[in-house]
Amino acid sequence: MSQKLSIVVVEPDRERAILIVDSLRGAGDHKVSVIAEMTGLARHVSNLNPDIVLIDVSSPSRDILEELTLASGPLERPVAMFVDRSDDSLTREAIEAGVSAYVVDGLRPERIKPIMDAAIARFHMFHRIRLELEATKRALEERKVIDRAKGLLMKARGVDEDAAYALLRKTAMDQGRKVVDVAEALVTTAGLLS
Amino acid sequence: MSTALLEAGFIPLVDAAPFVVAHEIGFAEEEGLALRLHAAPSWATLRDMLILGRVDAAHMLSAMPVAMALGLGGVAARIDVLSVLSVNGNAIGVSGELAQRMRAAGYRFDFADAAVAGRALLAAAREEPRIGVPFPFSMHAELLYHWLGALGVAAPQALRVVTVPPPLMAQAMAAGEIDAFCVGAPWGSMAVENGVGELLLPTSAIRAFAPEKVLAVRHDWAEAEPELARRLMRALWRASKWLDQPENHSTASELLARREYLNVPAEVIERSLSGRLVISPRAEIRAVENYLLFHRGAAAYPWRSHGALIARSLAERSGLDGAESAEAGRAIFRTDLFRRNLRDLGAEIPGATDKVEGALGQKTAVASESGKLILEPDAFFDGFIFDPNGES
Repeated sequence: MSQKLSIVVVEPDRERAILIVDSLRGAGDHKVSVIAEMTGLARHVSNLNPDIVLIDVSSPSRDILEELTLASGPLERPVAMFVDRSDDSLTREAIEAGVSAYVVDGLRPERIKPIMDAAIARFHMFHRIRLELEATKRALEERKVIDRAKGLLMKARGVDEDAAYALLRKTAMDQGRKVVDVAEALVTTAGLLS
Repeated sequence: MSTALLEAGFIPLVDAAPFVVAHEIGFAEEEGLALRLHAAPSWATLRDMLILGRVDAAHMLSAMPVAMALGLGGVAARIDVLSVLSVNGNAIGVSGELAQRMRAAGYRFDFADAAVAGRALLAAAREEPRIGVPFPFSMHAELLYHWLGALGVAAPQALRVVTVPPPLMAQAMAAGEIDAFCVGAPWGSMAVENGVGELLLPTSAIRAFAPEKVLAVRHDWAEAEPELARRLMRALWRASKWLDQPENHSTASELLARREYLNVPAEVIERSLSGRLVISPRAEIRAVENYLLFHRGAAAYPWRSHGALIARSLAERSGLDGAESAEAGRAIFRTDLFRRNLRDLGAEIPGATDKVEGALGQKTAVASESGKLILEPDAFFDGFIFDPNGES
């Protein structure tokens, strides 16, 4: 039975943090701590003296953790960037999933791998959720613009909704543009003229 | 010439301007490049994107490729510096409270004399000042260690240089984590704009000509793709020449202000480009010569001595061998590629690969291929000189 590892997750979003911790629990019996506060981050991480630190690659606070890679005292354990390690494909996979790992020097790869795999799977899920959210939001926004453009046309030309949409679509096809782009142009122009 | 696609990464800062201008004004296209620019959230992530091949070129802190060449910071990689993207451009600022204490002690914010400013700061700070920089390996950190070290502070032990991403600097200051900061444009001006602090010095007052950001590529990529590297270097060099014209500053500011780049008011950006900075919430203005250089004085030339000096300082602080490190830092600055790829554009290329850093107190004509090159002053405030040939 190997010793417990101490893992720190740097994540300001509470719900995401809970999900990450859950997935890490599935990867073994480790001590997992979450830091949500970015002020004094380097100090808080050092105090916990972790074996592994996980942080979202898109977090601007990542640069703060780079300080950990400089062993500034004889008692401090140097931390390696994951990139430096022999397992380059795991590093690539992690970064592409959106998570970066700082691992204390000398930790064996077979101990790191299950934790990284769990983190990578979780971050892939975050990524998918974000894409879905963005797509939904975009679709909603597009519909709103098209509805407004239809309204403008109905009023200006005295046509019904179907005719207004048909007109938008025809213009879009004639100009080789998307319906939403034509609608957007119309709404902007109307805004300028009113 | 068919157009080739090139992925490049940058951090949203004023000195990313050569990339933005090369893309937006069309220099890249004229050189046969379609630049796809990716804004990175942090220097660490930009570095990883470059190492892992997500981008082939990056806007990078001049000390980062040197640190990687020395294997510092847990990452060892051979990254080459093809050119210098910007010289100077950082500012040191202090919290409003500290500024008030300095004023009360009789200090007048002249934004010029580094020795006087440094002594005033040390006198007003209650203990050793904690100063925020954007990254551990940066010209910001280098200049702070040099500056306060020259004034008698035992650097690095007695100096607390901590990493704080510029967007979080205000928060860190409010929380009492830092007393002062050294940041690049537009963050110094944004700090004044948001009432977070006051500007104390441009870093050019510490060292008149310090390589700030560089064009960084993987060594293997530079070797495998010489034609792409050539197109990129030429496009960026032409962009820097365009940026050097004062009449283009407004346009450049408007471009950089866009949401996909810096997303801050154009007026704040123009202060850095013109070197006319607002240093306090009372709208005091100071004009600084060579506040931020892109082109003049062969600014883009990747002097090997730039790399050697950064390496030597990093080695000193990390306990590595000085001479060996200086040579490793020297080797990644590719004066050879610069000479080969920019010669026929009419670039003023120095005849030498190295210079004695800190020797020029004023503008000086030097030997170049065309014989018309004038170098800008490069002196340190304390008269420090680094002779790369004096390394043994």
